[in-house]
Amino acid sequence: MAISTSKSEDGKLTIKIQGRFDFGEHQAFRDAYERISGRPAEYVIDLNETTYLDSSALGMLLLLRDHAGGDEADIKIVNCKPDVKKILLISNFEQLFAIQ
Amino acid sequence: MGLTILIADDTETDRLILKTIVTKLGHRVVIATDGAEAVELYQQEHPALVLLDVMMPNVDGLEAARQIKTLAGEELVPIIFLTSLTDAESLARCLDVGGDDFLSKPYNATILRAKINAFNRMRMMHNTLQEQRDKIVEHNQYLLHEQTVAKEIFDKVAHSGCLNAPNLRAVQSPFAIFNGDIVVAARKPSGGMMVLLGDFAGHGLPAAIGAMPLSEIFYGMIYKGFSMPEVLAEINGKLKKVLPVSSFCCAVMVDIDFTSKLVKLWIGGLPDCYLYRSCTGEFETLASQHLPLGILGAQKFNADYQLIEMADGDRLLLMSDGVIEAQDESKQFFGVDRLLQVFKQNQQIDSLFNEIRESVFSFIGEPTDDLTMVEVTMVPLETFADEDEVFEVSAARGAQNWSVNFEFRPETLRHYNPIPLVLHCLMEIPGLGLHNSKLYTILSELYSNALEHGVLQMSSSLKHSSQGFSEYYAERESRLQWLKQGYIRFSINHQPTVQGGSVQIRVEDSGPGFNYQQLQNAMDDQLFHGRGVSLLRSFCQQVVYLGKGNCVEVVFAWTND
Repeated sequence: MAISTSKSEDGKLTIKIQGRFDFGEHQAFRDAYERISGRPAEYVIDLNETTYLDSSALGMLLLLRDHAGGDEADIKIVNCKPDVKKILLISNFEQLFAIQ
Repeated sequence: MGLTILIADDTETDRLILKTIVTKLGHRVVIATDGAEAVELYQQEHPALVLLDVMMPNVDGLEAARQIKTLAGEELVPIIFLTSLTDAESLARCLDVGGDDFLSKPYNATILRAKINAFNRMRMMHNTLQEQRDKIVEHNQYLLHEQTVAKEIFDKVAHSGCLNAPNLRAVQSPFAIFNGDIVVAARKPSGGMMVLLGDFAGHGLPAAIGAMPLSEIFYGMIYKGFSMPEVLAEINGKLKKVLPVSSFCCAVMVDIDFTSKLVKLWIGGLPDCYLYRSCTGEFETLASQHLPLGILGAQKFNADYQLIEMADGDRLLLMSDGVIEAQDESKQFFGVDRLLQVFKQNQQIDSLFNEIRESVFSFIGEPTDDLTMVEVTMVPLETFADEDEVFEVSAARGAQNWSVNFEFRPETLRHYNPIPLVLHCLMEIPGLGLHNSKLYTILSELYSNALEHGVLQMSSSLKHSSQGFSEYYAERESRLQWLKQGYIRFSINHQPTVQGGSVQIRVEDSGPGFNYQQLQNAMDDQLFHGRGVSLLRSFCQQVVYLGKGNCVEVVFAWTND
């Protein structure tokens, strides 16, 4: 499984993406945050094992942000590899997400 | 369900035995006595299954099988060989010529039934598969046709600008019929040029759908003289409205002024652009500072641009991510390093554009993503001199030279603030949008003066203390309540100028007026502190009182940049 989800006691939902994050992960990524019970207080996208990220992945992140409350959403993107981080920064996504 | 089954055998007893078994199983039987007859009957009867003796006169079973298979074409006609041979070699030969199975004599009814059923299942599966394939092919052709027609429309909308201008070069490699990338370029009424390269997330139809409003707004607004921030804000708002949340448009927009040699650059979500300096031969990197278009709402959208000075011969290289993300067969990216290498090896700047293109294309072989590059060169203004007329015949440039009059009467004055209405009218003037906050202030000052001191005949002396201030507004409210007569008239005149325009606003009220000579003197003496009037004087080129002082005329001159 390329996408795994875990929820901590304090309501933090962590979504971990392995390998290529592109349109192929569309459904799995949506399932990761739509098919959980309760509203997470915080979302963490762990890209430690993500090797590549394309524009449809950026679109998926926007979908998650919308789902999590838009401007009120608390979403952290963590453990980005340099190449992945570069794509996020080129797109200026740090204005929408906390990128660590 | 009974099938038509062709039995070909030269031995009468064998034919009889087989015919009896097959008929008992509920199928219709057609009989051939040799190979030639078998082929002929196949053509006449189109049987679902053929039982073929291997050794027959005229045409033997193997040859008949070959011919039947050829005649059947794409249709699956299972052929089962009937044979008394048992050696592996002979049996294998039956399958080699296109037979599907063999049946050894003596015939066993149970085995025969099982084989007929099995092959019928296979035949039906094959038919379903072909029907589905045909449907997909048909569907795909329909889709391609639709896209081709849509593309014709798209090309007319998206490429109606000045992409052929001598200082522009563009290359696009479409991944699908529709490219997710868009390049639009238009000349400004004031003489400059604006270029936008956009890269929609995704490609094909969804991307093209977003490209339509983008180019409509781009061309429409630029022809009307709107500024780059206004165009960007409008496109962003429109895309935010029409695109799904997950979709957006990475873009770079350039506004080039060939007179002042100033270039405004806005990059949202695209990889670095490059600026070639002809005097040093160096390349400067220009990085994206904004989110792509279509993500942020109007309040948060930021149209701030970088201002760059470019000498004649300086070039801007704009590219979609398809360039550095171009992948070769082993999924390796072309990358920034290879691009910089091309810059480094370049000898003649004029061939750089083609060198980049060739380098990328030879790297990838087959393009797998949209890939777009644009080169914009700063050139002397004269380069375009003979193209100016294009503008004169182009679509309406919006309200340019007009006047409008309003008269607001007591009913209106009591309940309604007419300033947004008047301002809205003014905003129809191309290029004036950038000055809307100043105009709002000017209009508000003019209006409140006319209302309070003119129509309501209040004296501002009350406002000198903080208590007086609230008394003043209480008094204003009550006078408004009882207002039965009076008016405020707005007359607005707009005159275009070379670089912008001049708005003349005249406000007349029904009040008794005042001694403006005295006001003038007081101002000269620095004694008068009417904030409203001094605000007007700081924003307007001219503030003149007319008649008995119940009429004031201001002139607000503005430039495009």
